[in-house]
Amino acid sequence: MRPSASLLSTASFGGSNRFSWNLVSDFRQMWSYAFFQHGFEAGTVVAIVGGVIGYFVVLRRTAFAGHALSHIGFAGAAGAVVLGVDPIYGLLVFCLGAGAVIGALGQRLASRDTVIGIVLAFSLGLGALFLSLYNGNDANEAVSILFGEILGVSGSDVILTLVIGIVALASVAVMYRPLLFASVDEAVAEARRVPVRALSIAFMLALGLAVAVAVQVVGVLLIFALLVTPAATAARVTASPGPAIAVSVAVALGATWLGLAVSWYSNYPVSFFITTIAFGAYVLVRLVPWVLALFNRAADTAPA
Amino acid sequence: MTDRTEPVVAPGEGHSPRRSAVVVARDLTAGYGSKDPVWHGANFAFDEGEFIAVLGPNGAGKSTLLRMLLGLLRPRAGTLEVLGAPPRRGSPFIGYVPQARPFDAETAFRGVDLVALGIDGHRWGIALPTRRRRAERARLGEAIEAVGADGYAERRIGELSGGERQRLLLAQALVGRPRLLLLDEPLANLDVGRQATMADLVATVARERAITVVLVAHDLNPLRRVIDRVCYVAGGGVLIGPPEEVVTGPVLSGLYGAPVEVLIDSRGRRFVVGLEEEVFHPHGGESSGHDHLIEGH
Repeated sequence: MRPSASLLSTASFGGSNRFSWNLVSDFRQMWSYAFFQHGFEAGTVVAIVGGVIGYFVVLRRTAFAGHALSHIGFAGAAGAVVLGVDPIYGLLVFCLGAGAVIGALGQRLASRDTVIGIVLAFSLGLGALFLSLYNGNDANEAVSILFGEILGVSGSDVILTLVIGIVALASVAVMYRPLLFASVDEAVAEARRVPVRALSIAFMLALGLAVAVAVQVVGVLLIFALLVTPAATAARVTASPGPAIAVSVAVALGATWLGLAVSWYSNYPVSFFITTIAFGAYVLVRLVPWVLALFNRAADTAPA
Repeated sequence: MTDRTEPVVAPGEGHSPRRSAVVVARDLTAGYGSKDPVWHGANFAFDEGEFIAVLGPNGAGKSTLLRMLLGLLRPRAGTLEVLGAPPRRGSPFIGYVPQARPFDAETAFRGVDLVALGIDGHRWGIALPTRRRRAERARLGEAIEAVGADGYAERRIGELSGGERQRLLLAQALVGRPRLLLLDEPLANLDVGRQATMADLVATVARERAITVVLVAHDLNPLRRVIDRVCYVAGGGVLIGPPEEVVTGPVLSGLYGAPVEVLIDSRGRRFVVGLEEEVFHPHGGESSGHDHLIEGH
């Protein structure tokens, strides 16, 4: 994301490209644009990180916290715009700060949803103030933060995204088993000397990193498309953790790549395609067992 | 505190060293922060291979006892020894089964994954396919078989019934090869038939492995056939002994400091009745008046 309102703030290619059936030459053409390359690279990193962290978001039922982090990130991004800094830095600072606080509150705190909701609303308001301080009421910047602007990602943003992505994935890899333990069985994990509270904070920080980079691709409001939908889809396909994480990453990657490619031929924003494809995958895996059951019943009752 | 919280020692019960004691408490007092103690002056010893049922009203400090044995709560006063040393958090010799909690039906986590946490859930990083891991996987299968969970260990934890989850949690505790097994209300939310089955299962696996069992329960009756002694926590005190000596009107009245009657039916089941508003709750009394019938619902 660039701090200035870019020409691409609607995050589409402008609809000038026709589908040619020669996908290789089409892809070459897309790739000849630096902004497409950057979007593709950042989107790939974000999809992998979102797919992996998303598994734990669903397992730990912290979807609402992820949602809140992105809204708090909005205030950070808008604040960075006012200061003339790349919004990603504002996102990072606010998401990490909020992640640390939410993590420290712990998984058991019953009133957490309420507290998070209150802070979330305040952050959005703060973001609105910052944006108006920036340039009156130019909606472009707001739209790109709220709905993502994958095609506005710069080369240096890609490097930063990659570094953040590696840090987030490495931290999840290190805490993988104790994090699973603390997520499904906190009482026993605590008795077995697993640092439950520290893991809660560490996970929220990793989630903060994932949210900060994902906002570039799908924006504050659509963050669930890469953070929850792929993991929820995977949980319908397979029951064990390892494969579920793999499927989750595959769904996130598929949605991001396909979304980018489809937007090349159309006039509509990339975020729309990414979220729609992810949603479609979820609907599909929910429908398939239902349709199969329907067919089976029909086969059972059909005359021989 | 009043004079009613004086510890009552059950007939025939001391805390002198007997056949190797796994847990020894001397003048033990339990409490959180600066609040009044939950209970105090407890003297008891759990022997190797013994099956102890911890009974008592809600909030009397039964789970507090487990927390102290797990090393999650330090004694306020007195001493507590587990396997000859003060309790230590993370001890590999202690297996712990908390109350089973429900999961979303679509959680991508199987029963077998839950049991595997008992082996290496506390280790950092991602499991690598080493020889050690293959040996551990074999133990996984044994533990699942021992609790009779073969049929559903591959299913999602969210799809399992409370009893099935409870068995898998038991397998998770067993897979670490504990010498002391602590179970927090494993019979809660099970119907009467399954309560007895679960109690028998715990007794069987524990006896085969010479494991000492400390099982927190609300109801003595499904446990009658399998337990050796009861540890009764009530009225700010702890009292231990055989059920027929502890769960009696006079002894429980002394412990509660209030008139309590124990009814024994034709099948030998014991029902504690007569706990009205005068029940004394040293730590706040939020549950007074609710424990009219604490056993045998």
